Amino acid sequence: MKISVSVGRAPSWWLLGPGLVWMGLLFVVPLCLMFVISFAGRGTYGGIVWSFSLTNYLDLLHPLYARILGQSILLAAGTTLLCLTMGFPLAYYIARAAPRRQGIWLLLVMIPFWTNFLVRTYAWMFILRTEGLLNTVLLKLGVISSPSELLYSNTAVMIGLVYGYLPFMVLPLYVALERVDRTLVEAAWDLYATRWTVFRRIILPLAKPGVAAGCLLVFIPSLGAFLTPDLLGGARSMMIGNLIQHEFLVARDWPLGAAISCLLMLCVVGMMRWSLRAAKPLVPPESES
Amino acid sequence: MAEQPTSIDITSLVKRHGATLAVDHVSLTVQRGEFFSLLGPSGAGKSSVLRMIAGFEAPDEGTIRIEGRSMEGVPPNRRPVNLVFQSYALFPHLTVAENVSFGPRMQGVPQGEIASRVRASLDMVKLSSKEERLPSQLSGGEQQRVALARALVNRPAVLLLDEPLSALDQQLRQEMQVELKSIQERAGCTFVCVTHHQEEALTMSDRVAVMQQGRVLQIGCPQDVYESPNSIFVARFIGVSNELRGIVRRIEGKRAVLQAQDFPGEVQILLPDGTTLHEGNVATILLRPERLRLSTSAQSLSGEQSLAGSVEKVLYSGSDRRYLVRCGERLVWNVRVPNDESGRNGLQRGDAVHVRWQISDAVVLSE
Repeated sequence: MKISVSVGRAPSWWLLGPGLVWMGLLFVVPLCLMFVISFAGRGTYGGIVWSFSLTNYLDLLHPLYARILGQSILLAAGTTLLCLTMGFPLAYYIARAAPRRQGIWLLLVMIPFWTNFLVRTYAWMFILRTEGLLNTVLLKLGVISSPSELLYSNTAVMIGLVYGYLPFMVLPLYVALERVDRTLVEAAWDLYATRWTVFRRIILPLAKPGVAAGCLLVFIPSLGAFLTPDLLGGARSMMIGNLIQHEFLVARDWPLGAAISCLLMLCVVGMMRWSLRAAKPLVPPESES
Repeated sequence: MAEQPTSIDITSLVKRHGATLAVDHVSLTVQRGEFFSLLGPSGAGKSSVLRMIAGFEAPDEGTIRIEGRSMEGVPPNRRPVNLVFQSYALFPHLTVAENVSFGPRMQGVPQGEIASRVRASLDMVKLSSKEERLPSQLSGGEQQRVALARALVNRPAVLLLDEPLSALDQQLRQEMQVELKSIQERAGCTFVCVTHHQEEALTMSDRVAVMQQGRVLQIGCPQDVYESPNSIFVARFIGVSNELRGIVRRIEGKRAVLQAQDFPGEVQILLPDGTTLHEGNVATILLRPERLRLSTSAQSLSGEQSLAGSVEKVLYSGSDRRYLVRCGERLVWNVRVPNDESGRNGLQRGDAVHVRWQISDAVVLSE
């Protein structure tokens, strides 16, 4: 038997109003504009020529763009994977800590947000520079004999991205893991499972929605990131976010920038579809009986 | 020397939680094929004992042997026991069949045998038609059966049950009591059950250990612990008990007189075998409500003892009536009279009555 709780009548439609107007004006309209512009042409001095063509999209087939997109996807995927490997044990530990401790740990995970992201990224520049903190320490310790060029590389970008987005992985994982009943772990253990099997067969499948959400929250912003690759990757490591920024602000080719944005969005939507399927509740809704 | 087939042998088990003794030198043995219950209020340490048998907690002192093998340092996944959790702990993402086959698969049982074992154990709990369901699609009673099947499929030497019926409603609970017992007989394995529900323990168990504050107070068959409790705690915890405290006077052979403490009055008692009671000692007699008889006439049968009182409350519960009879200023007794006198209203509130009992029905406890 299912008990349905309904307080009075169905909520009024006008509750949707404020959010709908806000999102409509500031999100849907610009999005449509961008989509339209992506089919327009570029004027000689950077203006938009209102004509319909697929030129911008055909331009994107150029190997250079494919390389940048491929590199961005690789960097974002690598970032996601690293965040997952580091975030999972951390989230599991927090979820299994005493309730009072959990709050403290979560606070610590979120502490980096107290400082501006730009400032924190500059800090990484100081650490990774050739004569920066990391190289100095490694040289003093004798781990390396000559300073390595860490800054302005894909490695530096990935370090920066992992650093920036790790909390976005930890939080949804924590929520999912915290909900996994610990007696299930005991039950599996009692049923002869080893610790590794308990993790693989019980904890991981039950945490799947959290894994999917975390991956999504890290992958999407990583894919579109432009600040981190700009500061830490320099000219050598261009990501698709930088390309868009470049087209809009430097090359003043809005139509091409819009086309790249649409392509990026397509990637993101594809990724979201996959992850929503993975995050589908494991337990189907109870049948009405 | 023919050795008794012992399933579990526990010797002076101790578990400390901080400064308190959760389990205080518990020793007990469980025979093979026995239905053994640990009964006690919450916090009595019975769950701790169960978790130590299962291997989830390590004892601070003492030993646990299962089928003659010491369990020291043996993790839960290598013990020949399976636990049925209070919350059932069914894996929500696995179907009934996958839940049940989990244990055998982990043990590396051959594929073909797993299928037949799963079928057999689902048959045993009458759930064969629901193999492909997910736990959330089952009722509470069905989930309970899956939990049982999931444990029994492993053919454990001992099945441990933690408050197995506490999540079920009254009706289902009584059905499952009978069913659990018959499943245990069919499976032929040792059951150790933790419960705070005395009726459950009495109905299902071959033997019961009554626990309080980490200690075992009494171990015996249900009849023993109910009819001859060895302490007031056991008497009060298992069923309702009427008590009369007094001073022992005039011992003559097996008989003596108990002079009530709270009011002028005395009753005859039978001293138990091997008693250490002397004249002047304080003793308490215990009487079960159904062993008492109410009458309005002063006439008593031979060997009957009585206390005079007045009916204070009548509680009608269908199959019987319970009377609360005030026999003294601080003494209210509970009398249960079967509802077999059809059409009669019985006694009314305020009626003067005599509460009577056979002298041999009173349990005499020394302090």
